[in-house]
Amino acid sequence: MTAALSVQDLHVAIGRGATSANVLRGISLEVQPGEVRGLVGESGAGKSMLGRAVLGLLPANATIAAGSISFEGRDLVAMPEPERRSLFGRRIALIPQDPMTSLNPVKRVGAQVSILLRHHLGLSRRDALARAAELLAEVAIREPGRVLGLYPHEISGGMRQRVLIAMAFACDPTLVIADEPTTALDVTVQRQVLQLVERLRQRHGAAILFVTHDLGVVAKICRTMTVLHAGCVLEEGETADVLAKPLHPYTRALLAATPRADRPAEALRPVPPALIDSLWAEAHRLDRLSAMAPS
Amino acid sequence: MTDILLRTGSLSFAYPERAGLFRRQIMRDVVRRVDLAVLRGSVLGLVGESGSGKTTLGRLLVRLLQPTSGGIQFDGIEIGGLGEAEMRPLRARIQMIFQDPQSSLNPRLRLGVTLTRPLQVHGRLKRRRDRRDRAAYLLDLVGLPAGLIDRYPHELSGGQRQRAGIARALALEPDFIVADEIVSGLDVSTQAHILLLLRELRARLGLTMVFISHDLSVVRVLCDDVAILQHGEVVEYGPVGRIFSAPQHAYTRQLLAAIPLPDVEPGWLDDPGPIAPSLQQGSAA
Repeated sequence: MTAALSVQDLHVAIGRGATSANVLRGISLEVQPGEVRGLVGESGAGKSMLGRAVLGLLPANATIAAGSISFEGRDLVAMPEPERRSLFGRRIALIPQDPMTSLNPVKRVGAQVSILLRHHLGLSRRDALARAAELLAEVAIREPGRVLGLYPHEISGGMRQRVLIAMAFACDPTLVIADEPTTALDVTVQRQVLQLVERLRQRHGAAILFVTHDLGVVAKICRTMTVLHAGCVLEEGETADVLAKPLHPYTRALLAATPRADRPAEALRPVPPALIDSLWAEAHRLDRLSAMAPS
Repeated sequence: MTDILLRTGSLSFAYPERAGLFRRQIMRDVVRRVDLAVLRGSVLGLVGESGSGKTTLGRLLVRLLQPTSGGIQFDGIEIGGLGEAEMRPLRARIQMIFQDPQSSLNPRLRLGVTLTRPLQVHGRLKRRRDRRDRAAYLLDLVGLPAGLIDRYPHELSGGQRQRAGIARALALEPDFIVADEIVSGLDVSTQAHILLLLRELRARLGLTMVFISHDLSVVRVLCDDVAILQHGEVVEYGPVGRIFSAPQHAYTRQLLAAIPLPDVEPGWLDDPGPIAPSLQQGSAA
């Protein structure tokens, strides 16, 4: 079976020459068709950067220094630009983090969903609007016809996130990058959105790379997970195994530092700063090694 | 009854809004008839989702807002109706820690100045030397290295900035602190450090706090009592252990059920759970 997404030894650096800094230091991971893989890490771990690298959305000063990113066996890094563009938004989709800023505030919801369908699927204006209404109904938005005529500020944060999910699944993608899609939401809304993502995944059979800092979210929606720190993969495996028997001290420390509603306060153990320092020291050692290696 | 530091009686807040076909002015209730009592030396958690009125309630308690009706008694003094001049001597005793340390610390002031500005404003510690000593003491209190005294906020990490926000709130040795979502923007590892710092400070300084959060798991770490807010009303109020072990109100149970615990639990996603109709489809947040 060809992996929906295969990342091999990916190095990404920001800046050039002497002032460049590595943000991804040799990441490898795979997401099989229909699999939901959690990409877990704290801020600065490089998890969003990896998602952006896959989508070809790296910031202008970032470069892929080494490694490959393959989508269904085809190398995205080496692929000519027009061919890549035909994949993004259609075969590879993004559910962005922030439902407040990811929609155009001066365009009605209907216009934003239908432009996608007209562009990628070549639907007529009328067909696109009709299909947009179906898509909104699919993400459990009641009165989709009415919502299509509203501006983003007229709907709630949870509903905006559902519109973005509908847009991500609009063209039947085989790979979805979900970049912290529930972080800005209340817990009750988060639960509904996670349920929705899972339902759409089953219906469309898409593979999902689910970027999050929340081990609880990973436990509920991801079958497999990869733990990232300082741009390095520290641990990966089936979610059930990793959470039950974490092998890496950092994974164990993260779990112990996560407050749990089902346990008393005394159970909380912060991540030891010495552990973080040693991980960074190791990352910088890798940097020196790769700087010495002939390129 | 001196061991109750802060008490609210039927505290309400509403703001005027023009709505409807004829844009008539109506009053929109944000906080409705809230009765709370915070014991001296205890921490009360205020929990609710966005739009529940928890931040507005916090701002009423520190009198950044004036109640529409109802009262707030602070240390036996009714402060709900006090004007700014009458409030002023009490301001030093009531402090707030804000959610976003990035925007609540003045980017142009060195940390040492930020920490001692409240002392200047309230006319304490007139000598610069004394203020600097005090700033150094405050940094140490919240576990920041002394070398940060001449740094600017942008030179600090998120966790360090939040510690600075806490230090500033402690500068005047207040009796009562309202902390509004102060760990929600932080990473798990940083968050645990800040929560344990607050627990330690509370034990050392005997702080009385209201801790506002949307996250029940965080509240469990720090609080003695919890009040659950929904649509501006307290729907459940009690000791933290009881709220978690035997929640009475349907909304509390719903909030608890929605928290994803870091355990694999097949079926969690299939279970529709207790969903309130109001959450199915809301208006603008």
